[in-house]
Amino acid sequence: MPGFITNYLDKNVHVTPGQYGSPFWALVYILLVFGGVSLAVVCMNWLERKILAHMQVRLGPMRVGPHGLLQPIADAIKLILKEDIVPEGADSFVFLLAPLIILVAGFSVYCVIPFGPTHAITDMNIGILFMLGVSSLGVLGIVMAGWASNSHYPLIGALRSSAQMVSYEVAMGLAVISAVLMTSLNPAGTGTLSMIGIVQAQYAQHTWFIFKFFPLGFIAFFIFAVAMVAETNRAPFDLPEAESELTAGFHTEYSGLRWSLFMLGEYAAMISVSSIAITLWLGGWMRPFPNLLQGPTWDLAFSLFPALTFFGLAAMTFYSTMRMPKHPYFRIQTIGLGAFGGVFVLIALILLIPRVRDGVQDVYWFVAKIAVFLYLYIWYRGTFPRYRFDQLMRVGWKVLLPLGIGVLMATGIMGLRTEIWDFVHRLVHI
Amino acid sequence: MSDETKSPSPQPEGEKPSSDKIAGGISSGTPPPGGAKPPAPSEKPAVAPGATPPKPAAPGEKPAAAAAPAKPAAPAKPAGPTPQPWDSPLVAKLTKQFGSGIQPLTYLGQNYLQVDRSLIPTILQMLRDEEQFDYCVDITAVHYPKREKQFDIVWILYSFSKNERVRVKTQIADAEHIPSAVPIWAAANWLERETFDMFGIQFDGHPDLKRILLPDGWKGHPLRKDYGIIQQDQEWVQINLGIESGQ
Amino acid sequence: MTDPNSSVSHLELEESKKTFLDANELVINMGPQHPATHGVLRVILRLDGEKVMGLECVIGYLHRGVEKIAEHRTYTMFNPYVDRMDYVAAVSNGLGYCEAVEKLLNIEAPPRANYIRVILTELNRLASHQLWLGTHALDIGAMTPLFYTFRDREEILKIFEKYCGARLTTHAFRIGGCQYETYEGFEKDVKKFLTFVAPKIDEYEELLTTNRIWVERTKKVGTISAKDCIALGVTGPVLRASGVKWDLRKAQPYAAYKQFDFEIPTGQNGDTYDRYLVRMAEMRQSLRIIQQAVDAIPEGPIMAKVSKVMKPPVGEIYHSIEAPKGELGYFIVSDGSTQPYRIRVRPPSFVNLQALDLMCRGQLVADVIAVIGTLDIVLGEVDR
Repeated sequence: MPGFITNYLDKNVHVTPGQYGSPFWALVYILLVFGGVSLAVVCMNWLERKILAHMQVRLGPMRVGPHGLLQPIADAIKLILKEDIVPEGADSFVFLLAPLIILVAGFSVYCVIPFGPTHAITDMNIGILFMLGVSSLGVLGIVMAGWASNSHYPLIGALRSSAQMVSYEVAMGLAVISAVLMTSLNPAGTGTLSMIGIVQAQYAQHTWFIFKFFPLGFIAFFIFAVAMVAETNRAPFDLPEAESELTAGFHTEYSGLRWSLFMLGEYAAMISVSSIAITLWLGGWMRPFPNLLQGPTWDLAFSLFPALTFFGLAAMTFYSTMRMPKHPYFRIQTIGLGAFGGVFVLIALILLIPRVRDGVQDVYWFVAKIAVFLYLYIWYRGTFPRYRFDQLMRVGWKVLLPLGIGVLMATGIMGLRTEIWDFVHRLVHI
Repeated sequence: MSDETKSPSPQPEGEKPSSDKIAGGISSGTPPPGGAKPPAPSEKPAVAPGATPPKPAAPGEKPAAAAAPAKPAAPAKPAGPTPQPWDSPLVAKLTKQFGSGIQPLTYLGQNYLQVDRSLIPTILQMLRDEEQFDYCVDITAVHYPKREKQFDIVWILYSFSKNERVRVKTQIADAEHIPSAVPIWAAANWLERETFDMFGIQFDGHPDLKRILLPDGWKGHPLRKDYGIIQQDQEWVQINLGIESGQ
Repeated sequence: MTDPNSSVSHLELEESKKTFLDANELVINMGPQHPATHGVLRVILRLDGEKVMGLECVIGYLHRGVEKIAEHRTYTMFNPYVDRMDYVAAVSNGLGYCEAVEKLLNIEAPPRANYIRVILTELNRLASHQLWLGTHALDIGAMTPLFYTFRDREEILKIFEKYCGARLTTHAFRIGGCQYETYEGFEKDVKKFLTFVAPKIDEYEELLTTNRIWVERTKKVGTISAKDCIALGVTGPVLRASGVKWDLRKAQPYAAYKQFDFEIPTGQNGDTYDRYLVRMAEMRQSLRIIQQAVDAIPEGPIMAKVSKVMKPPVGEIYHSIEAPKGELGYFIVSDGSTQPYRIRVRPPSFVNLQALDLMCRGQLVADVIAVIGTLDIVLGEVDR
């Protein structure tokens, strides 16, 4: 085997492929992440429809495959086969470029997202900065889409969107900085912008940053959690694509594959901002209580979770299989559902293999935390009405921004409290 | 209303629906559809003086005609309730001021004023300002092609404070204009537009008198009696829809 | 006065001189194909940024000429047509028409028929309000209430279906009474429905009434004063939300409404939130009326003596009822023949829609949607 493949597999390597300088493994990781995120978007699509449906006393997709499990595939085929329309008055070059920009911006962020201490494409020392910068490029795509469509609804949608994303980025940035400040609370007094470094700082400080200086960490997290929903144009901040007002906002004129690229970009962005929130405040890839519940027994117990999850999924699937109608018409569907359950059992069994079990630990906890966030996204969509534009701006500028500045200052003061205390002490004693 | 015995009287149960529909179907066939309808039915003032109370005979007579739907269809003049003179302080006041220009009548307990065309703006203004008829329920028209003054314009008014309705009616000839009520009730805006759309009656002083239900540029006013039920502005259909006919 | 034959609206005329980037004001066309215009309403909006500088409604896309059709049908034959106007409150339409013709014929429906009429009409009012709530909330961005309300409206439609075979355009009543005796277990069904739906209404309120976003989206939006309401002829919940305690069921009782004890809910501010509260309260009052009606429903005939061929005497009548959307009136002119000489329908939605311009001026685009929703228009009735 060529050296560039084997050298990274060395047991002593504890860095990301990017840091190790292995283009081959970086590429493998890129493909893995790209494929994984795309798969996640597909699952998310199905889950969103299903969960939302059950919140709304209906069934959701039921026709394509058992319980509509193949619906995302059917959707994908439909979208690919659909005619790709470019409106007559549109600026076709910009029009065609816009979805690509959104897609590229959405996916580039994953370069720095750590799924584990070594499971990241690369570990930049300016990771969080890179992520904020790249993810805000998405606005460009939206503005381009709205402008190039040469139509009123997309234009208004794009204007709303740009205003909204720019305003919320400010609050978001402030919240992020307060988390970054917390990383510097070590004896050396040096913080880090590296995403992996931030998680390791949480490990070192024996707490997730959300609980740090309670409630400061929590407030910063809250600001980020609100701003990230606005960033990704999801309910209740989905004004740019408010279907009841602007039909579909900036992507009104798009169809088929290009439209699906917007969707892909949007869902990828949802996952990426969730992972940033997790990295910054919720301990990233770390399992719960990594310091408190240490030792081989606890390690073993926690390492069983991935397999248990899949066993749980399999159990749900088998239960549904049993409840399928007995009519011959449903036989294929029943078998299909059973097969799904079988696949889950298989995955679960694979996850029981000790080597695999330990290997997927980090990724599992990271994905589990993302899943919670995505569920929240769906939940918001099921419960909240939509904000109006001026109210949205008011929340952004008059609530979140002052709150963000306050939290930032308070965090700084808390971080320096011993120094400040010393200083005051000395002043008094002079 | 119990002295009627021979007709298959409509009892709750049984096969009534079918018989009902058949009767309706037959009778609808008798008068010719389309433009030529029997002449002006309601020259109310002429019939007014009779002192019969508004209730009694109507249902009694009619079943007799109904028993055999086909044959006695035509004139059968049911001597039903007739419009009575309407008397009230409001009426006294109005007649004092306008004299013979108005005829206050009441029919089946509903009051209306038959008013000269020239008095319309004054009367409407007065009804709103002095008599608190502050709610203009409806404005519409009725077309009597056989009459010299072809159109009845009807204002249906309501007073919140008195809980009372009154209808104001006037007659105008075809192509005659009538002052708009928009300055008096803002509600008149669309109602007058619809009346214009359907009957072609011009309201002077209306801020934006144009078609409302039919497309701009349509020719003809469909609720006139001479406008056939399946008639269309073929030219408009061809130009705007690109089809031969909308039928 | 503009040229009545001009084929372009005056708003568009201004627009044609500019391209949209030159213009300070953006003219956009909302509808007739638009998810939030409740059918085929077209609203031409003149915007300064997101602020509405003016708007014009273009209606008539659903014009079927109901009033013309009426002149070529007998009184009986026209009855089903009225269901197609306000198709979400078909029973109310039918009630208004039947009562108007009955008045013209000078007959009265028997008490039992009147009770059945009240029960069905109030059920229909409830259904109409539920549909309004669902779509209105959906317009404002809350998806879930739509499905909740449709789930519960289904139960009403089931009762209709069991009673007369139709769910939406019911044609439930006949001139002179009701066509059908209530089916076996009607009272039980209705009572069951009452206990079923009362907590559901609380459920809708739980989702919305104190929801911060909902309150912010609806309070002080589309405000209209009582004075303006009256001047514009706006009726129904919109008028009541502005503080006018006026309901035809109380003011000029028809059917059996005199016998029932219920309240007229009113608001004070005349904004979208008040209209929401008024309609929610109306749903509860409807339940109250149904409860009383179904408890006290008398025995007896359900049809007055009406001849097969109806020939009302020469004359004219105006009769109006309180439809879920406001005052629904029928002005019928008879020439003594079997066919009405003229039927004029006074549709509440049509008149209420006039207020849209006033209510939206100076508000934002998103509010236009909220106001269209809160006016509760049905285009079938606006256009007829």
